[in-house]
Order: sequence, then structure tokens, then C-alpha cells
Amino acid sequence: MTSDKEIPGGISDTTVTMTLFNALYRSLYLIRCFEETVLENFPKGVFFGTTHTYLGQEADAVGVLSHLKENDIVFSNHRCHGHFLAYGGDPRALFGELMGRATGVCGGRGGSQHLQWRNFYSNGVLGGSVPAATGMALAEKLKGNPSLVVTFLGDGTLGEGVVYESLNMAALWKAPILYVVENNHIAQTTPIELAVAGSPSGRFSAFGLPVTELDTSDVLEISTAAKTILSEIRQTHAPQALILNTCRFGPHSKGDDTRPPERLANLRAERDPLTIHGSRLSPVERAEIESLVNQHIEAAFQQAMQDPFPTYDLENGA
Amino acid sequence: MTTVLDSLNTGLHQAFAADEHVYLLGEDVLDPYGGAFKVTRGLSSAYPGRVFTTPISEAGMVGIAAGMSLRGLRPVVEIMFGDFLALAADQIINHVAKFRWMYNDQVRVPMLIRTPMGGRRGYGPTHSQTLEKFFLGLPGLQILAPCSLALSGPANSLESLPPGSPGEMLKKAILTSEDPILFIENKLLYLQPLLGETDLQEFEVNFLPEIDGLPFSACFTLSLKGAPPPSLTIAAYGYMAGLARQAVYQLAYEQEIFCELVIATRLSPCSIQPVLNSLQRTGKLLAVEEGTRSLGWGTEILARAAENLGPKLKGGGRVAAQEVPVPASGPLENQVLPGLSDIITAAARLNRL
Repeated sequence: MTSDKEIPGGISDTTVTMTLFNALYRSLYLIRCFEETVLENFPKGVFFGTTHTYLGQEADAVGVLSHLKENDIVFSNHRCHGHFLAYGGDPRALFGELMGRATGVCGGRGGSQHLQWRNFYSNGVLGGSVPAATGMALAEKLKGNPSLVVTFLGDGTLGEGVVYESLNMAALWKAPILYVVENNHIAQTTPIELAVAGSPSGRFSAFGLPVTELDTSDVLEISTAAKTILSEIRQTHAPQALILNTCRFGPHSKGDDTRPPERLANLRAERDPLTIHGSRLSPVERAEIESLVNQHIEAAFQQAMQDPFPTYDLENGA
Repeated sequence: MTTVLDSLNTGLHQAFAADEHVYLLGEDVLDPYGGAFKVTRGLSSAYPGRVFTTPISEAGMVGIAAGMSLRGLRPVVEIMFGDFLALAADQIINHVAKFRWMYNDQVRVPMLIRTPMGGRRGYGPTHSQTLEKFFLGLPGLQILAPCSLALSGPANSLESLPPGSPGEMLKKAILTSEDPILFIENKLLYLQPLLGETDLQEFEVNFLPEIDGLPFSACFTLSLKGAPPPSLTIAAYGYMAGLARQAVYQLAYEQEIFCELVIATRLSPCSIQPVLNSLQRTGKLLAVEEGTRSLGWGTEILARAAENLGPKLKGGGRVAAQEVPVPASGPLENQVLPGLSDIITAAARLNRL
């Protein structure tokens, strides 16, 4: 986060002064490039465990978090790489975490789904992070701080009961939190029609939360809506929900996509946030940004590959 | 007379007075009701902005407290019956206990969950259990359980919290821990009087405030004054510690079997050293608990004793509940849960080995 609160995260490492459009594009492309590098290198055995890539959903994180203030809090889920990078997280530390290195975001202890850096947190048990995020918002309000919390969940997580316990208490106690549902219409391999009865928005309005719903992959549309919602939460100190109908281009984790290839090709053709927002930049600008980001990600990957593995201190248990 | 309930209530009040970061969340905790077992009585009147009566949402309230603690507050959660901890199991296992280590020591989780456990009140299978065994050994979580003893006393004044007393343990845990704590209160302890050395004049009482420099590891050891060298160590905690104390007395006067009683107040991580010290003198160990027998606290105590003593451990046994749900019917419940006579019988049998 820089002093310019309106500039999205992920660009603090560059001294290049960019227009807002270019900065948004850079953040989108940074996430895309990072995630493609992850999928490309996974089969080589350089990463531990599994991963859940953010391909296709980049505009959600970049748009919503572009209006974050320095002391605001983000609580993310299993699909957290995009949120982390849009927050301003270091790609090398994220690569390092996936590679289990001591320089990783959590020293290799957490891996892909368990990140903590500054005011960013993520956890991999779906729904379980929602009450913690709610409690953080409540805590900041009780301490008299103006901070708010943005927490991300997917359509699949709407099946978890603790989400509704949290919404109830957030509404009763007026916690300053934005629940962002990234509805990519598929939970691992289960389409939303088989898992979510009624409407996602009805789940929030039932608790009296104002709900905004968008069906777009345009970062500007999301950013504009988020700006209004976040400034309302800052004034009311009360919870709201934002439902983003989005598209996941990649598999849930790796190679477990059961959707027909032509469906995925259609999604990429119609709903790619990079194509949509990239059209607002000149081809030269785009190429320049992409080239710089490619170098940045490649360097981050190579540095992380050289980083040491952590060791467990058997005597002190740390 | 000061009861364990008074002591706990005083501990909570003093913690609230000492630090404005202390909050309470729980069901039906507002005055005039003041909580199902009245441990939180008076708090909502004294600190109205810091006591949240919650919906019936155990997982949600534990998770919200976790978030509050990650952001620097010191929340206390009351789970109305320990049986309902099962509803918050994911929060405790995958969130509360994990955060600090999983996030590479970059965060702290200073929260405390307190809950009443145990039977003998006819509440039946889902309101009488001793469920802490399912959380024992969970890395990142400390489990404490007070008994009715205190170092000095009796504590006639509610202002004083003698060392080792339930209220002092609770207050210290709330105010000073950087890690999450599960605080187990046996229901039958609530109305028992707090016992100090003057109430236990027949016993030699030793209080170890800390074992191996570990926090909240206080431990009591008791033996009859002037008795011959003990031949058996009994390890117990919570309400069963009181029954074990009575057993020590009766075994001495009725059967001339002399025992040393080690009362743990921290169940997990396990602090075995006081038990090992006693075993150097006795060589035989009886572990006593109210939970079911298999794979529980007593099992761990015996395993550690065997690991440390090898062939010097001359005998071991467990007194615990039968492996069925806790029945509602009084006579049936008495048969299923371990009582005074079970401890005496098991101790006498072990002594004959």
C-alpha cells in the first residue's frame, strides 16, 4: 500500500508512474502470469501439495481491493493467490511459500492456502474463516479504529452453516465487513445448480445486509461498485455483501476440471478480464506492462527456487 | 464460604477490571440470568459494552472470538455445556489452534474458551459428557482444569484469589496467555467450597506453581501427614481430584494403604514431571478421570510413566467412565461414571500387585 490509497496494491515495487488503467492492468496481468507459472511448473515437482488458481477471476480481487486503505484487513480463502497479489503481496514470497521455502509468506509452514502478511490472512477450511473475519471487523470497531474487513468466499462455501452464524452476528452487532462472494458457478466439480438452492443474494438479504450483485469480468465495473460499497461501510460501520458472478478458467486445483473444453473456450473468449480491460490500453502499453511483469515473475520464481528450506527445531518445537 | 463458582466469578470480574481488552461472548450471559451456571453473573451489569450475549451459534462465537483475538483483544467464550464444544470443533482445531504456528509465529491468539463438563446431575447423554479428551494433544491449544483447592485459605473474601484457586487460574490465563486456552470446569465443582491448607489439616499439601517453566502448569501434591512412605501414586484432575483425596484418606484409615495424590491443573500439553517424581517414591500409578477409559488423559499419563520409568514402573491402572453414553437415570449414571468406591477398589487391587 502506498500513500496514494486509490492505487491498487501490487505496484508498490515499481517506480513507474502509471495511469490508473495501466496500474489495474498490471495487477490483473501479474496475477495471470503468476498463476500460469504455477500451473506450468507444478508437474515439475517444484511445489508442495496442491494449488487453487485464480485464472479468470482476477478482476474480482483487483477491483475490490483497489479501494483498500492501509489499515483495512483482508481475509481470504483457499483460492487466495490473486487476493494476496492484489493486496500487494510479494510474488517471490508467495512462490517461496508454495515451494516450502523459509522465505515464503509463512516460512513454508502454511503453503498455498494459509497466508498471513500485514493485514492479510487466508485459511483453507471453507466457511471457517468467515467468523474470524467477522470477529476482526468487530474488534477494530470496538477498538475505535476506522478499519474495515473484506472477506472472500465462493459459491461452494454457501453450503457451510457457520457462514450464516457469522452473518447473523455481523448484522446484530454491526460489524464493518464486506462479504465478497465470488460466484464462479462451480464448486470443485459440482455446478451451482446442484449445490445452492434459492439465490445467493437472498442469503444475505435474509439477515438485513445490503447486497450488490454484478455479472461482469470488467475490473472497472467491479472497482466502481466496490468504491461505493466500501465508503458506505466506512460511514455506517455495518456489514454489506457483494456478489460477483465470475468465471474460473482453470481447474479447481490441477487437472480436475470436468467441464467441456468448448465451454471453457467460450468463457475465455467472452469473459477474460485481461481482454476486457486490456482493450482500454494501447497495444504498446500492454506489451510493455506484460514484458515487465513477465520479467518480474520470472525473477521471483528463480529467486524462490534458490531460497533455503526451513528446518524444524526439535528441541524448541519451532 | 467461598465456592469454586464464587472464585471463578471473581476471577472473571478481576480480569475485566484489569484489562479493557477482555470481552465475553456466550449464550444467556446477560444479567439478571448471568449464564446457565451463573459463572458470568454481574459482568454484563458492570461492563455492559464488553459482554455479548450470542445467538445459539457455538462455532460462530468461537470463530468471532478468534478474529477478535487476532486483532489484539482478549475474548472469553462461554460454551454453555461442554458437550457443545463439538459444534465448535472445526473452529478450535482448524483455526484457533492453528493460526499462530501456521502463520509462522506472526500472530497471537489470546483467547479463552471456558465450559462446564461432567455428569452426575441426570442431564443425560448429550449434557453430561467429559469431552476434553478429544482436544487433548492438539498442538497450539492449552487445556486447563481447576480443582477445588487453593494454596492458602480458606478464601473468605471475594477480593482475594489464592494461588492455584480456580479464579486465580482463570484470571491469569485470560490476562497473560498469548495462546488459546480451553478451560474445563466440572459442573459439580461449582458449588463445592474452596479448600485451603487450613481445611486440609490432615494432609501435607504441596503446590507447584509452575513445572519446567511452562505456563499454567500448576500442580498440587497431597499425602497424609505423618503417614508411612506411600506405595501408590494417584493422578487426577477436576472433580475427580476431590474423590481421589477422599480415597487417599479412606485407604489409609481403613486399609493402611498409603498414597500420594498428584492433581494436575494443566491437562494439555501434558506436564508429567510431578507424577514421575512421585513414582520415584511409589513405583505404582493409578490414573483417575471422569471421561471414558480408552485413549484419554489417563492413558497418556500411564504411557509417559512407562516410557520414563521402564521396568521401574511396577504397576499401573485407570479409573474412568464405562464406555457408553452417560445415562440420565441416577442409579444407572452412578454405575457408569467412576466414583469413590471405584478408586478405592482399583487402588487396593493395584497395591496388591
